[in-house]
Amino acid sequence: MRAVETALVTHGHADHARSGHQRVYATPETLAIMDLRYATHDAGCPVAYGEVFHLGPVSISYHPAGHVLGSAQIRLEYNDETVVVTGDYKRRSDPTCAPFEVVPCDIFITEATFALPVFYHPPTQDELQKVLDTLKTNAESCVLIGAYALGKAQRVISELRAMGYDKPIFLHGALAKMCTLYEQFGVDLGELIAVSDAQKTDMQGHIVMCPPSALNDRWSRRLPDPITAMASGWMRVRQRARQRNVELPIILSDHADWTELTDTICEVNPREVWVTHGREEALVHWCGLRQISAKALRLVGRETEDDG
Amino acid sequence: MEEFAKLIDRLIYTRSRNQKLDLIAAYLRDTPDPHRGWALAALTGDLEFPNAKISAVRTAANERLDPLLFKLSRDFVGDTAETVALIWEARPQPKDAETGPISVGDLVEQLHNVARKDAPALFAQLLDRHDPDGRYALIKLATGAMRIGISARLAKTAFAQAFSLNVDDVEEVWHALQPPFLPLFDWGEGKTHKPDISDAACFRPFMLAHPLEEEAVDMAEYVVEWKWDGIRVQIVGTRDDVRLFSRGGDDITAAFPDIAENFDAIGVVDGELLVRGDAQGDANTQGSAASFNALQQRLGRKKVSAKMLREAPAFVRLYDILFDGKNDVRALPWSERRPLLDRFQPKLQQGRFDLSKIIAVDDFEQLRLVREGSRDAAIEGVMLKKRDSPYIAGRKAGYWYKWKRDPLNADCVMMYAQRGSGKRSSLYSDFTFGCWNEDGELLPVGKAYSGFTDEELKWLDKFVRQNTVNRFGPVREVEKTLVLEVAFDSIHSSKRHKSGLAMRFPRISRIRKDKPAQEADIIATLRNMID
Ligand SMILES: [Zn+2]
Repeated sequence: MRAVETALVTHGHADHARSGHQRVYATPETLAIMDLRYATHDAGCPVAYGEVFHLGPVSISYHPAGHVLGSAQIRLEYNDETVVVTGDYKRRSDPTCAPFEVVPCDIFITEATFALPVFYHPPTQDELQKVLDTLKTNAESCVLIGAYALGKAQRVISELRAMGYDKPIFLHGALAKMCTLYEQFGVDLGELIAVSDAQKTDMQGHIVMCPPSALNDRWSRRLPDPITAMASGWMRVRQRARQRNVELPIILSDHADWTELTDTICEVNPREVWVTHGREEALVHWCGLRQISAKALRLVGRETEDDG
Repeated sequence: MEEFAKLIDRLIYTRSRNQKLDLIAAYLRDTPDPHRGWALAALTGDLEFPNAKISAVRTAANERLDPLLFKLSRDFVGDTAETVALIWEARPQPKDAETGPISVGDLVEQLHNVARKDAPALFAQLLDRHDPDGRYALIKLATGAMRIGISARLAKTAFAQAFSLNVDDVEEVWHALQPPFLPLFDWGEGKTHKPDISDAACFRPFMLAHPLEEEAVDMAEYVVEWKWDGIRVQIVGTRDDVRLFSRGGDDITAAFPDIAENFDAIGVVDGELLVRGDAQGDANTQGSAASFNALQQRLGRKKVSAKMLREAPAFVRLYDILFDGKNDVRALPWSERRPLLDRFQPKLQQGRFDLSKIIAVDDFEQLRLVREGSRDAAIEGVMLKKRDSPYIAGRKAGYWYKWKRDPLNADCVMMYAQRGSGKRSSLYSDFTFGCWNEDGELLPVGKAYSGFTDEELKWLDKFVRQNTVNRFGPVREVEKTLVLEVAFDSIHSSKRHKSGLAMRFPRISRIRKDKPAQEADIIATLRNMID
């Protein structure tokens, strides 16, 4: 991905948003996230969900994708043909962002992060209940949850609050700024304490959160006998969880699982599906089985940030 | 099945050995017979269903699921059992069918009775009755490969812990019993005595030696024998059976009929399995054994040809006796067991069984000389046995020592690297290295995956990643620039390698970043080290 004159950005994850463009169209939340991460203050053009604007002959509108705060699908219309680019999306409810909206179109460009039948995300509350149950039986320990800094961390906290968990949650330094930004946009995360401000004993019987990279890091030595958890769609696969030394897998994703991907295609009912960002082959094959015209769209310069 | 599935699931995510033991022990205590016995057999690898293989699961999956989606999923997950467990599309069951999770006992019965052609249908029906965790556990139980980081030893230790028994006592009766091990659980629960195994030709755990780390011992208390380089075997003769067991308890009788057929006595003895030849030992020691390499040709075979029996005849050099007739003599001191062995050996076919010679050594200084001389005699080293030591399972400090001769060294060049397994699966830790031939060509001479520190391993891994010139599946070929100092116990000629050499116990002793690859050793130098 390279810098361009005009960029339409779906959401703030690094594999979808880069700095250095001359003009960036994105939701106000996404622009704020990009400012926080890149501190470049590109010429941002805020776009509200549903608002229509024009670039040359193309009319454009942004619609909620339900992925993370500010995430959007982009609808492009030109010569009576409409294209919807989903960016990343999910269908589950998420207290930290607006729910996915089905936007009818001719060409539907869908993500495919979890486009294999092995991926099924169980009910969110069941997964998080595992954390609360573990805390109950391990009063001397803490549960250390690895979660991506943008989106996943705030969603986990927010879901736990909705389940009535009101104790303070301890944060690795790398998660603090994004949580503050979410709060500025009205997402209530309850009491958060930096691990660096806490004593080991304060954290016994509590939840500590960190980015996945810190899970098996020296950093975690300051924690009281941590039980390693990770909130990710990849946790569905045992061997994956074991490779990361996870003791408590939490299958929780900000992407659509297999059934949600396929159901969404049926619901949107486009003339043609283009598949990108993930396991294109399986989803294209599935479309073929149902006589839905589909092809893989391979994007260059793509790296994953929000792996799951 | 639900409890077993829960156990498997928790074991997968548990890192601590003690917690694993607790989980298994609790399951064994709380689950009724015969289910717990079958489950235990699954954990120790003692379950086998000849007609219900993983291929039958694959067939069932390809019938029920879209084959390409199954294949893509399998490629991603890397394990057929887990893939099928995750993506199985269960069909509603007919009214008269049994529904809900099956018990472990019923599952085993159905898997035992199924005909090969019916296995896919049986799997389909079983998979329909379970949730993903249950499906995973049942496929794993049925097809053997658990891959959940539980060794047979750990499972047996858990059994012992569950019923406050000694694991060596459990190990001892284990091999005489069959799943679902009902007498074992009765004994564990105090309902009966320890199972009587005196008439069964079963394995008894070996007594093992500690390495002697240059500490002097009082030679008045010890006897010395040569350490022969074959494999330790236990021969068990009963009224109507003879069995050969390797150190791990594997039954290797079929590969060595020349030993089994010539053991015509009741008792249990311990010795070194060797092949006739003249590579090991000399006139001053106790010669007539071929190199380990010669023995290796005969290992791991289910059947052995007449030619092989003729060209590489096996014999056993006896070290010790565990049972004299039906009498368990393991509690006696070595000094009393050895005379029993001396009287036992003449009952056996001469030429197939001889006695390990006792070397006369007066003091530790003399022992040093004997050990240094073992290189000239092409012997691996010496064994020290305490005169008053009973025969005890495992390694007991102070009783038996092995003292190998100093290793040989060669400077070799790294050629290929492969990822390790288990904890080291993310690192390139298995290295193939070579030496130069006369034409300036590098030929592989060995492979090592130990000897380095964790720090050095990290460095080696980085070196491999930064110097890869070719990839062959899991193997990377590297730039031939890095010299490794390799230590090994001995080297032999071998037809299996292009270099014509095979190293015994090679390990990497030093990374020679300072040495240019051109200055590594040549094949001829290594050939001169052959005993
Ligand atoms: Zn994303």
